[in-house]
Amino acid sequence: MSAESSRRAEFWRGVRATFPLVVGAIPFGIIFGALAVNSGLSAAAAAAMSAFVFAGSSQFIAAGLVGGGAGVLLIVMTTFVVNLRHALYSVTLAPYMKHLPQRWLAPLAFWLTDESFLVVVERYRQPDASPYKHWFFLGSALFMYTNWQLCTWIGVFTGRTLPNPGGWGLDFALIVTFIGMITPGLRSRPVAMSALVAGATALLLAGLPNRLGLIGATLTGVLAGALTERWMAAHRTEPLTPPTAERLPPP
Amino acid sequence: MIWNEIILVASMAAVTFLIRWPPLALVSRIALPQPVVDALKFIPPAVLAAIVVPAMLTPNGTLDVHPGNAYLVAGAASGLLAWRTRNLLATILFGMIFFLIWRRLW
Repeated sequence: MSAESSRRAEFWRGVRATFPLVVGAIPFGIIFGALAVNSGLSAAAAAAMSAFVFAGSSQFIAAGLVGGGAGVLLIVMTTFVVNLRHALYSVTLAPYMKHLPQRWLAPLAFWLTDESFLVVVERYRQPDASPYKHWFFLGSALFMYTNWQLCTWIGVFTGRTLPNPGGWGLDFALIVTFIGMITPGLRSRPVAMSALVAGATALLLAGLPNRLGLIGATLTGVLAGALTERWMAAHRTEPLTPPTAERLPPP
Repeated sequence: MIWNEIILVASMAAVTFLIRWPPLALVSRIALPQPVVDALKFIPPAVLAAIVVPAMLTPNGTLDVHPGNAYLVAGAASGLLAWRTRNLLATILFGMIFFLIWRRLW
């Protein structure tokens, strides 16, 4: 296969792997657009936020804070805390992307979302030596990005006629997307321990402002998973974590 | 757009990009210690659980373990389906429909 067709194949593979996540993001994007204009943001500001910030949960919270009359500084600080988990994603992907120039790294970093991270890290962990896995990332990222813009616009244009968009319950779409991604991996004991400890810690830290507890809970869960894996390796009672390909359903 | 909104969106964009880009730009130039690399694979399950568990158990800010909590019931049903089928798309579609129906019926 020529380099050109291999790149194209990786790109479309990334698009296909991201399809279920795009389905889960559609309601979320529409509610964001509707919520933003109902909170008093202009249609242009809502669209610009999706185009230039491109981070769903922080946009959601920002719209809520604007509606509550919060100042710019508070909103930007909240954005920082809510998006801090992306630094963990970025660190996780970095070892795989050492060979790429900044003209690839900077745009892919901008397009890094929960959804693309999850499918891209799975792709990088597959054992084949394809040199074009960043094209998979590009396909996933552009699909998520395009969909997010379209859904924001739909929400902006329908939002003014539909009051209280936050009350529709469509925010469950994001939750069920994450449930679908996490559950198959729980067959591995260290992964299950990591998720259990992170979930419990998140409940305990839920009182902290601005979702600061999310970062603390994540780090605690990562530590619990790593310690469990080390303990199991020392005692050799169970096989180690199964191959990562098993943790997500095939695309 | 008024000036206030331009400042808001530009600041949010800058802060978010400055979280996402530097680790990718800098860490890819240095070698991480092996125990750190080994631990990184737990970030996806840990961060997802830290988002999902409070969203299911405390949808309105306080602990709500009751069949009337559609987030909890639909979340558990979706988790069961994901465990059995490993089919992400089916899980998402089933979960959304189940959630909307449960909320209406209860």
